[in-house]
Amino acid sequence: MIKKITSRYEFLVFMVILIFSIIIGLINPNFFSLENILDILQNNTLTGIFAIGMLIVVISGGIDLSFTAIATITGYTVAVLLLSHGSQLNIFVVFLIAAVMGTILGMVNASIIYFFKIPPIIATIATQNIYYGLLVVITQGKWLYGFPSWFGAFVKIKIFSLVNANDVKYGLSIVTVIWFAFIFLGWFILRKTVLGRSIYALGGSEASAQRAGFNILRLQLFVYGFMGLMAGIGSVIQALLVQTVAPNSLVGKELDVIAAVVLGGASLTGGVGTVLGTVLGVLLLAVMSNGLTLMHVPSYWYKVVTGFVILVSVAAGAWRKRAISNKKVIIEAE
Amino acid sequence: MADLFLKLSNVSKHYTGVTALDQVDFEIYQGEIHCLVGENGSGKSTLIKIISGTVQPDDGATIEVEGHVLHDLHAIDSIHKGIDIIYQDLSLFPNLTVMENIALRRYVAEGKRLVNWGELKKIATKAMARIDVSLPLEALAADIPIGDQQLVAICRALTRDVKLVIMDEPTASLTKKEVDSLFSVVLDMKSKGISTMFVSHKLNEVLEIADRVSVIRDGKMVGIYNPKELDDEKLTHLMTGKKLEYTPFARTQVAGEPILELRDLSRRGLFHDVSFKLFPGEILGITGLLGSGRTELALALFGVNIPDSGEIFFEGVPTKIDSIQKAVELGIAFVPEDRLVQGLIMNQSVSKNLTVTTLDDLVNRFKLLDRKMVKGRIDKSVKDLSIKIPSLDSPVQTLSGGNQQRVVLAKWIATNPKVLILDGPTIGIDVAAKHAIHQIIRDLAAHGIAILLISDEVPEVYNNANRVLIMHKGRLVKEFDEMDSTTMDEIQETVNLTA
Repeated sequence: MIKKITSRYEFLVFMVILIFSIIIGLINPNFFSLENILDILQNNTLTGIFAIGMLIVVISGGIDLSFTAIATITGYTVAVLLLSHGSQLNIFVVFLIAAVMGTILGMVNASIIYFFKIPPIIATIATQNIYYGLLVVITQGKWLYGFPSWFGAFVKIKIFSLVNANDVKYGLSIVTVIWFAFIFLGWFILRKTVLGRSIYALGGSEASAQRAGFNILRLQLFVYGFMGLMAGIGSVIQALLVQTVAPNSLVGKELDVIAAVVLGGASLTGGVGTVLGTVLGVLLLAVMSNGLTLMHVPSYWYKVVTGFVILVSVAAGAWRKRAISNKKVIIEAE
Repeated sequence: MADLFLKLSNVSKHYTGVTALDQVDFEIYQGEIHCLVGENGSGKSTLIKIISGTVQPDDGATIEVEGHVLHDLHAIDSIHKGIDIIYQDLSLFPNLTVMENIALRRYVAEGKRLVNWGELKKIATKAMARIDVSLPLEALAADIPIGDQQLVAICRALTRDVKLVIMDEPTASLTKKEVDSLFSVVLDMKSKGISTMFVSHKLNEVLEIADRVSVIRDGKMVGIYNPKELDDEKLTHLMTGKKLEYTPFARTQVAGEPILELRDLSRRGLFHDVSFKLFPGEILGITGLLGSGRTELALALFGVNIPDSGEIFFEGVPTKIDSIQKAVELGIAFVPEDRLVQGLIMNQSVSKNLTVTTLDDLVNRFKLLDRKMVKGRIDKSVKDLSIKIPSLDSPVQTLSGGNQQRVVLAKWIATNPKVLILDGPTIGIDVAAKHAIHQIIRDLAAHGIAILLISDEVPEVYNNANRVLIMHKGRLVKEFDEMDSTTMDEIQETVNLTA
């Protein structure tokens, strides 16, 4: 049983996080404070939510580079509505609007990929440009802020509140709870539903999936629609956290999200990946950036270190896999 | 005899300008093991597709299942009637567990939404119990041997109330042992009244247990035969419509200095203390069971598996072959076993595939490709090996198996090799093409090329090699030098002893 746990890739990522944490904690004991940990969780909710959507896309054998553009559109739409009809809306309606729009835009991706047989990476680069370009044309790149006070109040909700030594309040943010809810949803879909297993199957072998009678179009609509849904939810979270919506605030986020998913053990060739791994992947990047800040490393170094961590982790994963398969060959030969 | 399960009569299928099937009748009894053989393009696959309901026959055909006439057979009807097809690639999900591979399809078919892992396990266990096999349910499908993967596909069929299992080329990549266990499973299904239909384009072991054999050629049913009355020669004749002139191999005495000599070549876990000599113009056969280390040894001569110890002499000079480039430089060519994956760039044109190994020779003084030289090289290859192609620009994947193999051969011959290593050169191609390939191999040897012919088919090495070596667990266990005084059975028995 213990061996089963230690032999999993997720365990490796967990150990790396642990080692990083210990090193950072030794240099700056503030790292292990509850306040800092809750802070890390809240600040990485956005990446975390995007990553769940991306994980499902990657498992299905696809990729989506357009979700930040989708999130920008849904976030902007919500912001415009907040400014014009703020008093008639509430937080649920805001989430609902963003979710529905995001899902539809994601399904557009799925339809393009399915009907035109375009590789997902090309299709979503195209839609990323179209979605994002149209938004910039229409909005002229204007920043939106000054949302209704209830919108600002929602994000301050804490599930429990504590006070630190400097009399500043902190606690478990409602935003983090929303992330946890989606972690659970992602796990449930992938592990407990026939739909989820069909997505793994599709990523493992599309030809076999077709022969097994899976409805490929439906699966892809779900996969990219769910990514769009996560983009929509994420855009509201982002607006809540920074109380500003800018057309360019999410640009470049795609690669961080994909990096987190791959760090978590998902394979870009499809069929492999877990929610636990992805959450750990997000946390690994989060701990690193937080640690570098606490250790007073200039922020320019963050990208360099991230790059090395990705390289080393993925190489270690590939090396382990090869070692395992070599061992098998020798056993068979003997 | 039992009742008829499936009866097709007057089945024709015309595609624009092509007749795939012409008034074919076909029937299978309950619990029968029926073998359908025919060359590539004979209409076998169209017939399977009609039975599976993915292709509709032309008007005038009747399909009866268990005595009921079906007016239209669609894929879903075929499934409901208990027909299951196991394609050659098995259609497994390599990234899922054995358990899911067996049970998931039924889950989807029943329209279930939630996964109950306990129930999944029960379904899989029950399917395995039906044919008395035991597979590691938690292992990934990709991690188990190909023979077990085949059993997974059969168990998958057995999760439903299956009445007819159609297997496309089931024994193509199995070892002798795996074939035996497949057969015992099929006989077990027979005893439970489940019919099995083997589909094959070559002569093979499935005839051993078949009740009847249907032969199809050019879209027409040639006839139904008792397998006991068929031998290789007769079946080949029925399949091809031609009497194949099989010229026995006139073995020439090879003399002179060996071009390649191995002394105690070893690599841990792959092969041990391998020594032999290979002479110019000689065909040296190496046979042994799957996993005996044949391919691993071949790869050592091609610079892929670097040996730990021992020596290689090339033209009498001690040589280290430590990279593919080095092997190619010496004049060693290698045609891999899985030609589809390793030997060809499937989606590229015939002409690009033919020239990829010799691009360095085909450049003008600016180091750019010389079109005229390229064209000359291609035309020569196509003519020399009589490759049948619609156009030089057609992607290789559109060619038949035999022509693909010829393209691979042509590609390497163009490099003027001194040593040509052929690993399973005729795997998966039909009888006529096979003979053509054998003839090519002999011609190459006659031109002075030294050939290492690796094959798991004893008749192939027996009929085409000057000498035969037998490999087992990475070691050469026996050498047959005097082929004229050796019988094929002697070699076959030696190989079987290593099983």
